[in-house]
Amino acid sequence: MNAKPLLRRAAAMALAGLARAITGVRPIWQGCSPLGRQRIYFANHASHGDFILLSSCLLPEERERTRAVAGADYWRKNKIRHVLARDLLNTVLVERNWVERAEDPMVIMLDVLKEGQSLIIFPEGTRNMTEEPLLRFRSGLYNLALARPDVELVPCWIENMSRVLPKGAFLPVPLLCRVIFGTPVILEPGEDRHAFLHRSRQALLELDPEHQRALNHD
Amino acid sequence: MTETVWLFLGLLGVLTIASAVATALSWRSTRKGDALPSTLANLNSRIKAWWIMVAAISIAFLFGKGGVILLFAFVSFAALREYVTLTHTRRGDHWILLGMFLVIIPVQYYLLWIDWYGLFAIFVPVYCFLAMPALTAISGDTARFLERVSEQQWGIMLSVYCISHVPALLTLPVPGFEDKGLLLIAFLIATVQGSDVLQYVFGKLFGKHKVAPKISPSKTWEGLIGGIISASLLGAALSWLTPFTPLQSGLMAGLACIMGFFGGLVASAIKRDRGVKDWGHMIEGHGGMLDRADSLVFAAPVFFHIVRYFWT
Repeated sequence: MNAKPLLRRAAAMALAGLARAITGVRPIWQGCSPLGRQRIYFANHASHGDFILLSSCLLPEERERTRAVAGADYWRKNKIRHVLARDLLNTVLVERNWVERAEDPMVIMLDVLKEGQSLIIFPEGTRNMTEEPLLRFRSGLYNLALARPDVELVPCWIENMSRVLPKGAFLPVPLLCRVIFGTPVILEPGEDRHAFLHRSRQALLELDPEHQRALNHD
Repeated sequence: MTETVWLFLGLLGVLTIASAVATALSWRSTRKGDALPSTLANLNSRIKAWWIMVAAISIAFLFGKGGVILLFAFVSFAALREYVTLTHTRRGDHWILLGMFLVIIPVQYYLLWIDWYGLFAIFVPVYCFLAMPALTAISGDTARFLERVSEQQWGIMLSVYCISHVPALLTLPVPGFEDKGLLLIAFLIATVQGSDVLQYVFGKLFGKHKVAPKISPSKTWEGLIGGIISASLLGAALSWLTPFTPLQSGLMAGLACIMGFFGGLVASAIKRDRGVKDWGHMIEGHGGMLDRADSLVFAAPVFFHIVRYFWT
């Protein structure tokens, strides 16, 4: 019997428990319910802890079929990272660099969706280190929506994780976190790439309580 | 330790009666098929949380000094986490923040464990007070420097220094009252938390004139005065737990109650400024750890030092 799935499941449970113990994370199901169709969760990205935090908010059965998409250039840089990403975290690794890449990220992601699994993606493409709340979206989200209109696109706002584990930090500071799940975004017939990406970015941004507060002050 | 047994039997009785009354009220109000009113639903979850809190304290008491120190170290951790979440932090603060959780909390409570009062009393107000701005300056980020440093210093003072004075009661050598520090802790918690409940009850029943309408709509003069008087009576009735006479006991309870009121008021002012209703969601029906501990934060150090000055 192969030990890897068992190891993975144990690692996933341990990480989810750790994330909860440190951040007391609470999922807020604002626009959808915890159980639904096959999904693509798309979230803001500023910390390595992001996808662990997000998956710790999912129900165990949903967590088991949900995999995060991560940058292969980062996670294949050395052996330890690669083993971590592939065997323990069960991430879907895609090449971000357009010129050097051997495999098309779309093909890899669509293959995973075809197996009935859900995805976690960060459409900003990289960790946001700016003062802006959210960077411009890359087009992967649009291509996925176009190819698989039957899969729900759920915006998820991750709060505070960038303060818990900022870029370059190794130890997390215990702060309370929340993940706010919004209403699924649907690609309208005839909607072009630019309009769709803008609309889904706006849908994600509107979940940010800071953004709401700023709007109320105006 | 017969006092401890009586104390917990008493608590068990109070909670059982509270649960019975709440269950009867809920049953009566849902009998007609209506939904449970939110006040009653909140009362139910509050009482349920009280059972869990009393259970946690009882277990800590069973383990004696070590158990109580660990329990309050955890209270400090949870309170500090809620507090820091609401502060402005920048990336350069990462090491300071880590140090607050991984160094200051363990050291402060370890000093209690080894009974080194001299350093326990000055570790935070002298050494941490100076080390925190120094380390923040080394990080090189000067944006909102004073604001960032003082916010974190406040957090350490409230959540770690002040709260650590509850278990510090164990280290006081009151003549003729040796090894009974646990009872003093029980007395402090019972009167402060009791006065919170009594202020709430008197406020609900008779509350008309608000003490600070801009800060808290639920704090009224009627609630405050009724709470102080009834908590003082409760304190006098619990004097058998303490080295105090019934009169002294009532005065101490009244003082703890007034300090607790200010603690709640300050906590409300901070929450209002940050635009939140509760500090967190750790304790169902009550909000966060600091929502429950804010009165204890202000009451504990004053209570501790009065006992230390007059009784040791």
